[in-house]
Amino acid sequence: MKKHWYDYLWIASLLYLLLGFFNILFAWLGLLCFFIPLAISLVKGTKSYCNKYCGRGQLFGLIGGRFGLSRKKNIPNWMKSRAFRYGFLIFFFAMFFLMLWNTYLVFAGAQDLKQIVTLLWTFKLPWNWAYHGTLIHNGVAQFAFGFYSVMLTSTILGFVTMVLFKPRSWCVYCPMGTMTQLICKAKIGTNNRR
Amino acid sequence: MVRIKKRKRAFVDQKTCVACGCCVKVCPLQAISVVNGIVAQIDQKRCVCCGKCAQECPASVIEIREVEE
Repeated sequence: MKKHWYDYLWIASLLYLLLGFFNILFAWLGLLCFFIPLAISLVKGTKSYCNKYCGRGQLFGLIGGRFGLSRKKNIPNWMKSRAFRYGFLIFFFAMFFLMLWNTYLVFAGAQDLKQIVTLLWTFKLPWNWAYHGTLIHNGVAQFAFGFYSVMLTSTILGFVTMVLFKPRSWCVYCPMGTMTQLICKAKIGTNNRR
Repeated sequence: MVRIKKRKRAFVDQKTCVACGCCVKVCPLQAISVVNGIVAQIDQKRCVCCGKCAQECPASVIEIREVEE
């Protein structure tokens, strides 16, 4: 099958994860993975981002598929149920807004910058070696630490389910995928009502 | 005696499909498309039932079934 430029976006995803080990401020780039799928679903009403451009999905496909680091078993039924997918979306966003709140507190001067990366919303790892100061405000760095925590946590979860189930099992419960699918459904609903 | 012709077909469980598009990528005949970002749809005229999509689907919602023609 013919390869397209977007089939290599897994390199960008891998690079993103690596850059976070050297300078945390690169974490800001991860916002692209939030805004691009949202914009595509809102404007075009498709899931082209998941279907074509998602570098993370490609990365899991490569490691689990070509490199064989996956048992390739069926994902349990409860994990593909709407209750779990929507529940995970709500939980993920609640944690995301908590992270935004912590960033706000640093911006407001009510809290000091914490140079830590929180994995799986629980384990706090010192990450000061990837912070070399910022010209703007400590809040900018706080967001980077928080956002990188979100990205690394979801990568770990995706990696675990990749090993246990099929390579791209993350796609089943990916909050962005669930949200863009909901947007597409809502768009179809409004178009049909017109 | 009437002989019933049977043929294998791929079916998508529309309720649980997450529209990730993994099946679209592996289909050698480009017989699958994700319609409106909601669900994967298989063009039965093109599908040769190779089973690659069913194997790839992370949610395992594609099933190969034998149907009467």
